[in-house]
Amino acid sequence: MVKKVIYGNHAVSYGAKDARAEVIAAYPITPQTQVVELLSEFCASGELNAKFIKVESEHSAMAACVGASATGARAFTATSSHGLALMHEMLHWASNARHPVVMANINRAMGPPWNIWTDQNDSIAQRDTGWLQFYCSTNQEVYDTTLMAFKICENDKVLLPGMLSLDAFVLSHTSEVVDMPPQEEIDEFLPPYNAKYKLDLEDPRAFGSLMFPDWYYELKYHQQTSMEEALKVVEKVGKEFGDRFGRHYGLVEEYRIEDAEIILVVSGTIAQTSKEAVDVLRKEGMKVGLVRMRTFRPFPKEKIRKIASKVNKIIVIDRSISFGSEGAFFTETKACLYNEKDRPEIWGVIIGLGGRDVTVEDITKIAKKGKDGKFKINEINWWGVKL
Amino acid sequence: MVKITIGAINKVPGSSKNYKTGDWRTLKPVIDMEKCKKCWICYKFCPEGCIKKTDDGPETDYDYCKGCGICAYECPFKAIEMVMEER
Repeated sequence: MVKKVIYGNHAVSYGAKDARAEVIAAYPITPQTQVVELLSEFCASGELNAKFIKVESEHSAMAACVGASATGARAFTATSSHGLALMHEMLHWASNARHPVVMANINRAMGPPWNIWTDQNDSIAQRDTGWLQFYCSTNQEVYDTTLMAFKICENDKVLLPGMLSLDAFVLSHTSEVVDMPPQEEIDEFLPPYNAKYKLDLEDPRAFGSLMFPDWYYELKYHQQTSMEEALKVVEKVGKEFGDRFGRHYGLVEEYRIEDAEIILVVSGTIAQTSKEAVDVLRKEGMKVGLVRMRTFRPFPKEKIRKIASKVNKIIVIDRSISFGSEGAFFTETKACLYNEKDRPEIWGVIIGLGGRDVTVEDITKIAKKGKDGKFKINEINWWGVKL
Repeated sequence: MVKITIGAINKVPGSSKNYKTGDWRTLKPVIDMEKCKKCWICYKFCPEGCIKKTDDGPETDYDYCKGCGICAYECPFKAIEMVMEER
């Protein structure tokens, strides 16, 4: 076991190295650059036996990963914000052709105006591309999720690509202790990818050919059922990871929700800030808990229903906005509760766009405002907007 | 019952040939061999590779010719006429 104090970005690099990625194709973009810098060093030194492909754009990076995955290789890339947006077409390609490519996305605001700081609009905008989406809140989780993502995505019941997201700078350029298991134990957890169909000169196949309306529809059904299957696989792999390495992961992380009357639904690093806020409020006697969303796709509907059945109030805090609607997690959380008999009251708060700081005080105030029922219903509650 | 492979991976490579794209055609190129000088410009310009070189001159593969008319447009001797397809 090795413990290192490393950036979130380097936690991604170590994760991809220890997962024995075989092909890495990436294009640099702030704040992701360090991820591929270190991976290219690993490749140059021979520490990682992977083909490192330099490309001229993120679109090409994902195209190279798709090609690599089609040959049966374990493919990895990393990007952020505008880079992810440029990949958009190829994201569909990876998912529709069922290539389990894994990617790290550093959550960064979309321009213009240029802003290199964090919010989730880049990855939320890729919601419907058929990628699994994981949101991390510590560097340790970034490393662990990189390893788990390959195992989840390559599972023959899933066979979909997956992206893990980490907040720009708050994680990407912040050092934390990361515990990395011995390579042989990781190899046992994550054996090589064994593709059922692959590009092979001896046994040729055709990938990505034409499909008429009489069968395309069925393929979409299969993609959706695989996503639903992924809910179970995420939990299974999270448990196996925990049993082996001591850190358990689920679809969501529940924090002090046992007797909670009000819960906060949060993702990314705001969740860490919110845990402190929960501790502060608990000391004051408020029955508040927190649900940290680890997965956004597939959306853990059943889990949310179960949690929501025991509370009176939910506040969903989003670091994204779907223009013309509301925060993405808010929409999804409400949607899965609509047919429940006893629905809690639910409010949506938008906070921290473009890297605006989110403090423990912000969260305690939000929780108190929710408890007092002072939030607007059916409207966006903008937190700290200067008008 | 047909069973579809994951990601619609085609286990029979080259089977796109089974799909005769000539069905899409509304206009059909007809070559007048009297006017043809065998310059092979039509052969070079055909985007579908549907014109075959033979000793007698160019020969169109109507199984895959979509009737785009590029051959007729490019022919310097006006030896190719696009006529309405009749089926």
